[in-house]
Amino acid sequence: MSTGKQLAGIALFAVLVACVPLVTTSGVTLNFVMMALYATLIAQAWNILGGFGGQFSFGHALFFGTGAYIQAIAQLQGGINAWIALPLAIAGAALVGLFIGALSFRYGLKGSYFALVTLAFAEVFRILALSVDFTGGGVGLMVPLRESVANLQFATRAGYLWVVLAMVVVALLVTCWLRNGRFGAYLQAVRDNEDAARAVGVNPFRVKLAAIGLSAAFMGAAGAFYVQVFQYIDAGIAYGAGVSVEALVAAIVGGMGTVWGPVLGAVVLHLLSDFTRNLFGELPGINMVIYGTVLVLIVIFVPRGIAGIGQSVRQLWSAKGGRDE
Amino acid sequence: MSESSLLVLEGVSRSFGGLKAVQNVSLSVREGSLSALIGPNGAGKTTLFALMSGFLKPDAGSVRFAGQDITGREPHRNAALGMTRTFQIVKPFAAQTVRENIAVGAHLHLRGRTEALREAEAVAQRVGLAPQLDKPASDLTVAGRKRLELARALATRPRLLLLDEVLAGLNPQEIAEMMPVVRGIAASGVTVLMIEHVMQAVMNLAEHVWVLAQGQLIAEGSPAQVTSDDRVVEAYLGHGTAARLRKAATGAAA
Repeated sequence: MSTGKQLAGIALFAVLVACVPLVTTSGVTLNFVMMALYATLIAQAWNILGGFGGQFSFGHALFFGTGAYIQAIAQLQGGINAWIALPLAIAGAALVGLFIGALSFRYGLKGSYFALVTLAFAEVFRILALSVDFTGGGVGLMVPLRESVANLQFATRAGYLWVVLAMVVVALLVTCWLRNGRFGAYLQAVRDNEDAARAVGVNPFRVKLAAIGLSAAFMGAAGAFYVQVFQYIDAGIAYGAGVSVEALVAAIVGGMGTVWGPVLGAVVLHLLSDFTRNLFGELPGINMVIYGTVLVLIVIFVPRGIAGIGQSVRQLWSAKGGRDE
Repeated sequence: MSESSLLVLEGVSRSFGGLKAVQNVSLSVREGSLSALIGPNGAGKTTLFALMSGFLKPDAGSVRFAGQDITGREPHRNAALGMTRTFQIVKPFAAQTVRENIAVGAHLHLRGRTEALREAEAVAQRVGLAPQLDKPASDLTVAGRKRLELARALATRPRLLLLDEVLAGLNPQEIAEMMPVVRGIAASGVTVLMIEHVMQAVMNLAEHVWVLAQGQLIAEGSPAQVTSDDRVVEAYLGHGTAARLRKAATGAAA
């Protein structure tokens, strides 16, 4: 697909979703769209590093939680306006990303070792957040409800929907740029074969570092958004495994290294979890069971994710019919 | 060291544990030449390439490229200086098309995606990959992958191209098709140093040959000189074979 077509697709998506609150005022619908967009945001953030860069993080909550805490603490202790806190949260998350990246990529950590390091760091941050005072310890932090656009707090879901939509659109534009630019070409080259990339002049350390910084920034934005919507954050939500898993599952299910895969993955998984919640009532944890099952099925049958179903089927077909040259 | 030397190695050594893979190797590659590095399996040829291009750091000795000391400098910086290597075990970016693969190399000098993709097309033409431009790299045959490896390196516009066995694994016809490609690259002004086992290619293409055996340079000269050198014959065929072969030859003549 050409860059022009992709940009047109993103514009169409933005306009269509932005119109949803104008068409309906149903709280359930708006809430669903908002949460699906939020899931898209974290999936797309993970996709930048995991899908395009091939560095599978298991601890993306690290950046989410950092963004969330900065957003909350800046308002509570710094008395800073929420709109100004937002770029701080994004920058803080990106800095943590660069720090983790510099440490692990400097020493060439890859694959499961990188996954383990991110997981371990997220856990360290969770325990730290539980034990220091300024994060509210085990009690967590409450951001007081002061509904007004100036405070990035909205009376209806529509306002939040537009805010997170804007973040998602920026993320889509960034992935579109990755698909069609030099940096993205380098990132995918490093993912596919690091030595070959080095031989033709790619500095893998710099490329991976930039990718984790970018990825962490979007995760931080998602964390800040979370705090604004729910006005509450604690160590378990911020740095727990839930967010990390949600981010990577949606990206893998949707299709890694693509522009639209994480959108598809987030929407499909949200539909699925809503559906099962209604079907099985309040059976706790059932959506996690579904997550696991879907992930296993996807990995086995459609390794390219939902966005790559066509290609997977074609390949399965040609493998059966024999290769024609 | 003459002024026209592009790459100069002096006393380069590298060991892996107790194994002396490369010992005290000195050589100088003349700018604009097409030369070859040959030697029996395990002689240390690929290790020497890795030491030149920066994938390995030498334990001792120095590497100079285009007048600069680049000993142990990272590969991507050497590529930017104009030295690019290919790999004996081909390393395509399998998930991407041939065009995208070559464009990664072209990006070294071209920032824009469109320009890099256009350059990729031109380079594909030079190595005979044009019909395969839109195929995924994973769909290429061995011969195709070797060409891709060459094309990607060529797209970086190197001054010195290090080719690690681009002919290995090809059938005689594919070798015959590939040889003019390599010669064409050299003719376009790129200095080429190749590791090669296919003697037909070495004899036909190379102006100068170095012979490496057990980590040491044992001979150098024109292809005709090194192939008639007793030490080279013995390195390949075993101690005492040179004398035996000569005796057999004179016996047959008498």
